[in-house]
Amino acid sequence: MTGRRAPLPLLVPAVLAVGFVTLPLAGLLVRAPWTALPALLTDPALLTALRLSLVCSSGALAASLALGVPLAWVLARTEFRGKPAVRALVLLPLVLPPVVGGVALLLAFGRAGLLGAPLAAVGITLPFTTAGAVMAETFVALPFLVLAVEGALGTLDRQHEEVAATLGAGPLRVFATVTLPLVAPGVAAGAALAWARALGEFGATVTFAGNLPGRTQTLPLAVYLALQDNPDAAVAASLLLLAVCALVLVALRRTWAVRR
Amino acid sequence: MRDASAAPEARPDAASLRTLRIVRRSLVLLLLVGVAALPAGAAVSGCSARDAGARPSLTALAAASLTEAFREAAARYDAADVRLSFGGSQALAAQVEQGVPADVVATADEPTMARLRSAGLVDTPRPLAANRLVIVVPRGNPRGIAAASDLARPGLAVVLAAPQVPAGRYTALALARAGVRVTPRSLEESVRGVTTKVGLGEADAGIAYASDVAADAAHLASVPLPQAPLARYLVATTRASRQPAAARDLVDFLTSAAGRRLLAARGFAPAVTPPVSPPVTAPVPR
Repeated sequence: MTGRRAPLPLLVPAVLAVGFVTLPLAGLLVRAPWTALPALLTDPALLTALRLSLVCSSGALAASLALGVPLAWVLARTEFRGKPAVRALVLLPLVLPPVVGGVALLLAFGRAGLLGAPLAAVGITLPFTTAGAVMAETFVALPFLVLAVEGALGTLDRQHEEVAATLGAGPLRVFATVTLPLVAPGVAAGAALAWARALGEFGATVTFAGNLPGRTQTLPLAVYLALQDNPDAAVAASLLLLAVCALVLVALRRTWAVRR
Repeated sequence: MRDASAAPEARPDAASLRTLRIVRRSLVLLLLVGVAALPAGAAVSGCSARDAGARPSLTALAAASLTEAFREAAARYDAADVRLSFGGSQALAAQVEQGVPADVVATADEPTMARLRSAGLVDTPRPLAANRLVIVVPRGNPRGIAAASDLARPGLAVVLAAPQVPAGRYTALALARAGVRVTPRSLEESVRGVTTKVGLGEADAGIAYASDVAADAAHLASVPLPQAPLARYLVATTRASRQPAAARDLVDFLTSAAGRRLLAARGFAPAVTPPVSPPVTAPVPR
């Protein structure tokens, strides 16, 4: 679309949208305690939360990839009764308030939960653990990955897969050596979205995994609590979260550029 | 897409179109589920819209622990249509400082209200109620908790309020007074997080307000914690109120005998009239 002037009825809302997103960001930057920032950002409690956030969001991304890519393939390439219902269920965390998601996780995997009770009997507890935080983040991040990958699979030209199949490759081999490389940009885009969603996750994590520094207190939880008694620290931590996210998304730009 | 050169660009569009279609189909299904729940929701909103006509409309911000009591008070109060907004006391204070349109504010502690008072944002606060922290256990007290010292038992899953919120400050003070060292599984971001986790059976015990336990008597029981300081709840009209007279009337009602009875039924202790004690400052555990 190079060189085309945007018509005014499109340009005006577009500019408004950019302003709408930019202004709160500008507010954060203007009100940031710049002089105290070095001290605030090297606070060990904050760094602990940051490290935990990176660990948990990466774990959630890994789990989303491991479960979400196969699920997207199944949804895109197979026909079965109740497929729309399965898809709606998988996308439910998109509309479910995260806190409700956290309660639902407790009812399923908690000490007294459906699956949690038998797990507890063999000594596995998930609430209040780092694994629980990863689960909570996976719950909300998974739909983003599934949507992106299923969309990419749906628009894929099937010729290459068919050729590979006629040359004798089994379905699994076709998936691994032909399909997956072809939809790699879609997977990367979905992964970036899922990871970013996991990084910012608050409600499901605090409800299912609780809040314990070093164990389940991720950066968004630390920000929320800091807001109660030390707003400057909260703004500093938010800037850190923003910087980390921007860094990763810029690094991924190259992957997106391939898609274009 | 007027010429062939535009064709390659069509591919990502097709991908997003397909994604959109998937989202749309799924959302339609979810909507259908939602529609099934609609009649119940419509009945509720119809009820509140019924007689909003001539009465003044007031907005009250109240500490989260007042949720049930204030909902009941608002339903019983005829002189105005009271809209309620609940949150942590500091979060509410921050809202008032940022100019949220509210007529009445009720906080769960004195320092927060003092902050608003000294900023000239509220009129003279009135004592509303008092609340004491208790040890909260699942109904029937299966682990036989009798005192604060039991919370240090190894293997007991204890959740406490985070030291950044007032309940967490009071908790730290109470445990320090009792000389008990507790290793919590979680430091909840609100006191309701504590009762939720004990109520769901995820934690064996916690520390929460007596009123929080009363709010979920079906699942929770309390054990006294005499070391806990008394949390004083205050209520005030805001200076920014456009209907100061109606706002004062609401505060009068909340602090009247009828209001006190309502609060007492929800587990609150009677308000202690000033002299106002110095604000609670507890060591923050690191």
